[in-house]
Amino acid sequence: MSRQSVAKAHQKIQELSWEPAYHEPVSQYGTDYTFRKAKKKDPLKQVLRSYFPMQEEKDHRVYGAEDGAIRGNMFRQVQERWLEWQKLFLSIIPLPEISAARAMPLLFRTVPNPELHNGQAIQMIDEVRHSTIQQNLKRLYMQNYIDPAGFNSSLRNFQNDYCGTIGRQFAEGFITGDAITAASIYLTIVAETAFTNTLFVAMPAEAAANGDYLLPTVFHSVQSDESRHISNGYATLLMALSDEGNHQLLERDLRYAWWNNHAVVDAAIGTFIEYGTKDRRKDRESYAEMWRRWIYDDYYRSYLVPLEKYGLVIPHDLIEEAWNRIWNKGYVHEVAQFFATGWLANYWRIDPMTDEDFEWFEHKYPGWYDKYGKWWENYNRLSVPNGHHPIVAEDVDYVYPHRCWTCMVPCLIREDMVMDKVDGQWRTYCSEPCRWTDAEAFRPVYQGRQTPNMGQLVGAREWETLYHGWNWADVVSDMGFVRDDGKTMVAQPHLDLDPKKMWTLDHLRRMPEVQSPNVLLNQMSDDERAAFQADYNRQGPAGRPAPAQPAQG
Amino acid sequence: MTTTQPRSVPKPVFTDAEAGAKVFPDSGLRRFNYFTPQKRKQSHYEDVTVEVQPDPRHYLTQGWLYAFADGRGGYPLEWTKLKAWGQDRPEPVRGPGSGGKGYDWPAHGWHEFRDPNEEWELTLYRYNANVVRQLNQNVEAARQAKAFEQWNRNWVHFVAQHVGAWMHVDHGLGLYLFANANRRAPTNMHNNAISVNSMHRIRAAQDLALYNLTLSEEIEDFDGTAHLSTWNEDPAWQGVREVSERLTGIDDWCEAVFAANVVFEPLVGELFRSNLVQQAAPANGDFVTPTLIGAEEFDYSERDLRYTRVMFDLLVNDREFADHNRGILQEWLSDWVPRCITAARTLQPLWSQPDAKPPRFEDGLDRAKSRFGGILSDLGLQAPKELGQ
Repeated sequence: MSRQSVAKAHQKIQELSWEPAYHEPVSQYGTDYTFRKAKKKDPLKQVLRSYFPMQEEKDHRVYGAEDGAIRGNMFRQVQERWLEWQKLFLSIIPLPEISAARAMPLLFRTVPNPELHNGQAIQMIDEVRHSTIQQNLKRLYMQNYIDPAGFNSSLRNFQNDYCGTIGRQFAEGFITGDAITAASIYLTIVAETAFTNTLFVAMPAEAAANGDYLLPTVFHSVQSDESRHISNGYATLLMALSDEGNHQLLERDLRYAWWNNHAVVDAAIGTFIEYGTKDRRKDRESYAEMWRRWIYDDYYRSYLVPLEKYGLVIPHDLIEEAWNRIWNKGYVHEVAQFFATGWLANYWRIDPMTDEDFEWFEHKYPGWYDKYGKWWENYNRLSVPNGHHPIVAEDVDYVYPHRCWTCMVPCLIREDMVMDKVDGQWRTYCSEPCRWTDAEAFRPVYQGRQTPNMGQLVGAREWETLYHGWNWADVVSDMGFVRDDGKTMVAQPHLDLDPKKMWTLDHLRRMPEVQSPNVLLNQMSDDERAAFQADYNRQGPAGRPAPAQPAQG
Repeated sequence: MTTTQPRSVPKPVFTDAEAGAKVFPDSGLRRFNYFTPQKRKQSHYEDVTVEVQPDPRHYLTQGWLYAFADGRGGYPLEWTKLKAWGQDRPEPVRGPGSGGKGYDWPAHGWHEFRDPNEEWELTLYRYNANVVRQLNQNVEAARQAKAFEQWNRNWVHFVAQHVGAWMHVDHGLGLYLFANANRRAPTNMHNNAISVNSMHRIRAAQDLALYNLTLSEEIEDFDGTAHLSTWNEDPAWQGVREVSERLTGIDDWCEAVFAANVVFEPLVGELFRSNLVQQAAPANGDFVTPTLIGAEEFDYSERDLRYTRVMFDLLVNDREFADHNRGILQEWLSDWVPRCITAARTLQPLWSQPDAKPPRFEDGLDRAKSRFGGILSDLGLQAPKELGQ
């Protein structure tokens, strides 16, 4: 038993599966894909006899490092700016991980390849590993980092917060709708193969530069499992490509999955890496540089493009446009600015950018200061309560944005915002691909083809709707983002823990009521809406109001 | 003389950002505060498990964001007919100006379940790594000691055919019942426990398959493919196969776990493992097979049955739906007991095959029934009349 080769052992376990003779396994998930011509093979060749001890050994290293970090007083050297953003990241990520575990059964009946099911079962338990090991890391941060607020209420926060909702797509998209769209294309082909590189490799490197070597310890261990999952996805993709009838669906799903992953992951991870760091060495890679390396070169050019010869239609235009949004349209900067604008509705602290930060941004993104510098100076000026409102209610040349109905990141690149009346409701979208996702892709008919298994976008997708007409203090109370004295907010726009400098609910009571952009949009006449869109498209960058129009005549 | 370019490295900075460095609101609140622990103090297991899978009935203010084609998102409670208190209250409706508040945590009784094994990644890898390491050592020691040469000739065939056939049960249930069910339950505590159960079964299947491979290499006339023809064609196995396949066809996730762990395993699984293989092997010169079978027996009786009992115990004592749940569980017993008894009886010819005979089939079945009756009694359920078949 112990001297067998992996290949021989793997071949032997293929004898385990059998074709049902009396009853079929239950079929609970549907797909519009077909797998009539597919060749069947399992690329994983993993047997549990070696898998369990390997994972245990990886655990030994992770938990040993965690002990070492505590004994070595790692938290005397971590940057608070970095750890604060981990309150958001580590509230989000355990759910996508466990959702990936839950997604695996979607493939059992829909991908008729018993060999592959072995790999999917191992991925399932890998994902249980990831979810719980990440929860454990968050617990350690909560116990050992100076400010536990936001960690201690993590999962309630995440589930109530609009940033959490943006991240939650990266979980729910895996487990619902067409089984192949969700559990294969969105999860393994795009999320895991492309974006775990920035999540689990690029971001831990930044953590280490901020004195936190536990995030790299845990997430590199997680990433070492991802290559197995990528193999699962690749095998399923090749099977899907064998049936020409699938090509139209693959094209649809790659467009949706790519664009949504870009919108969601680049918004979050880009912000963590660029605005959550204190490492301002000029030669350290910016998020844009990392993205170009990990996603454009490694994923797009080395992984996706070679699949063209098998008939895969690659969304070249959307990949170039994602890069264009990151490099030319300031996507990450716009998102970070928005997160900071709405600091009071969050559960972590966001400190102002300093001169050193400004210099780094200008070096990495020439022209940054002209666009964003003044606003961040205002953010700094307004960070300690002194008779003024939080920045969102002050006049700082910033127009509060509408949400994108699809990706739920606000429509921050103002010229790209589009509107559509869908399901009887006027909705704003950050971009045309997001409009297409809602209005055309997630529908039971796609380009004249019946797609009865395609999922739906549901839920109260604009957060402000729930609090339309509410006082801000009541909003923050309702979400539960208040510390144990009953009035000091979890979120702060600075890192000073002197209670006299911290914002409380009392500071919010005088603010104007929350207004839902979407509710207001749907109250407009057609002419008003058209004028609104024309104005919105002329706004920005950095959320600036549209320049005044020259008088006509 | 050589010159070295200074390397660009991040500079360590003393930030004093450790716990206790300052006192301010929340500075001492170092426990997760979004759920109520089962005991006075929350456990490590609870911290890494509870509330990871959301529920719009307490938090999740914006609701599920993606849905299946029928409009259902997340983890619908109606994926089982069993009910837990509070679940018939309507899901909070959020809309313009509604705010986000749902019911107070936990909102319904499903969230009260805690896996008594407290399984999370650290425990599951530690446990299963120990099992495979020990089994490897057992088999390797037997190989070196030429222990397989002591086996009776008929026992060689018995292991090739019948012990081998059991791997298919483990594999089928592990993948298509348990792994499948890990998508279906309404809380993370249920789904994690079920996924660990799934890995026990899949590991046990692979343990048997790889043992079979070793025996093919070590015993001259050991037929490493006999398990396939036995599973596919031997009439004695067709009852087990029929009921195994039927188990994988169950739609209701609670019924699947109940039928497998409360009914099938005591009446068929333990009958085969503890009342046949474990009893017959020693007298036929085999001290190795019982270590594999014993590992699987421990998985079931000390881990998988343990969480299953707690899971259903909550439901049969539910403060709102106890009667409803008991009624349905009794129906499921009426459905599954005769099927499993039929499968068990179909296995009877196996008892006469080894040279050194195990205790009588009827005695073994009586023991299995008695064990099964004890599990039902603990759950406050009645053994159906079909048990007397």
